[in-house]
Amino acid sequence: MKNKYVFILSLTFICSLLLALFSEGLKSKTLFNKELDKKKNILETIGINVSAMPNDDILSSFNKNIAEITLDLNGNLAYNIKHNQLNVIENNITGELIYNYGNIDYLPAFISETMNAMIIPVSGKGLWSSLYGYFALDLTDFNSVKGITFYQHGETPGLGAEITKEWFKSNFIGKKIYKNDTLHSIKVTKAGGADKNSLYEVDGISGATITGRGVETLLKRDLSRYEVYFRKRK
Amino acid sequence: MNKSLFTDPLVDNNPITRQVLGICSALAVTVKLEQALVMTLALTFVLTMSNIIVSMLRKYIPSSIRIIVQLTVISTLVTLIDKAIAAYMYDLSKELSVFIALIVTNCIVMGRADAFAMQNNVKDSLMDGLGNSFGYGVILILVAFFRELFGFGTFFGYVLIPEAYNNGLMLLAPGAFIILGLIIWAQRSLTAFVED
Repeated sequence: MKNKYVFILSLTFICSLLLALFSEGLKSKTLFNKELDKKKNILETIGINVSAMPNDDILSSFNKNIAEITLDLNGNLAYNIKHNQLNVIENNITGELIYNYGNIDYLPAFISETMNAMIIPVSGKGLWSSLYGYFALDLTDFNSVKGITFYQHGETPGLGAEITKEWFKSNFIGKKIYKNDTLHSIKVTKAGGADKNSLYEVDGISGATITGRGVETLLKRDLSRYEVYFRKRK
Repeated sequence: MNKSLFTDPLVDNNPITRQVLGICSALAVTVKLEQALVMTLALTFVLTMSNIIVSMLRKYIPSSIRIIVQLTVISTLVTLIDKAIAAYMYDLSKELSVFIALIVTNCIVMGRADAFAMQNNVKDSLMDGLGNSFGYGVILILVAFFRELFGFGTFFGYVLIPEAYNNGLMLLAPGAFIILGLIIWAQRSLTAFVED
């Protein structure tokens, strides 16, 4: 071809057209996957095993067991505000998610009357990436941990990515977040370093100390954001 | 059709163990067999398609911008496969996405496009693409087999060795270096190959 500019322009045009079409075509499927994945994770935090469930069952189980609530910063229910109305802004340094609606900050959460749990979204920095997950507490004492999951992260497979594995998550179940009525949260120790009898620490991941530290930090921070509501209900 | 185009890269001219290309992903995604397998499939798609497309365009690509053209083709293909995995294998894509995106910089893909597809016809380029992909895949799966077996004690997630005997080193980069080094050593002593 005579003119290299014409050649590269037409090539990039064809390529971008192809990508745009492909991306647009798969958009609904990808969005559906993401939403479904979040719902799966919410159900998992309260101990419902979703791994063998077909998609429809997951959705119906979610609708049956989970109700969304929105709180204002004083811990009062904001009945009129739905989760999908909230703007989500991420603090790029800490990985913290701020939810607002009309310039006022709110806190989204989920309640499961059937499984007696409250689920809050948690997020923060790991080693390479932001970790996004859910954390469930007992709805009666707002102290015992029901479960934790992470639905999105960019940690190394086999190392930091172990935070999504059963062995890591199950360590949290039954732990407490309050020590002598102050919010203590849960410590992630070095691999194998946790005191088995302690209610406030869990084993970290071998080769992923910084990811573990990230989990510890994000739990403490996000739990303290919702603490005003826990205090009201306790 | 020249059969050796397909068979050569499997062993004698293997892109990883002989040419020592594509080492990056051979070290990174070989912790588990499942990941290694999906990575191999993704690379097979990208490498074969890029070879075909570059070969079809070879007479029209101005030589001064050929690298840019190849890169455009390759990154388009990589983005396509990344999106497809996210849409159809969401759980796996959550673990692999970062590595799939890095296929763009895999030296094998660019190496074959520039060194082979630019000079050869579509049919030969297809064979060359498939051969190199499988050559890459064989090593990836071999390394992943040993790392998963000794690191996690599992085979495709099925437990073979009790947890107490697992070797954490295998899950880290040095484990991959050691296994890969042993494979290269074994192959070179078996084929009596000497670097000139």
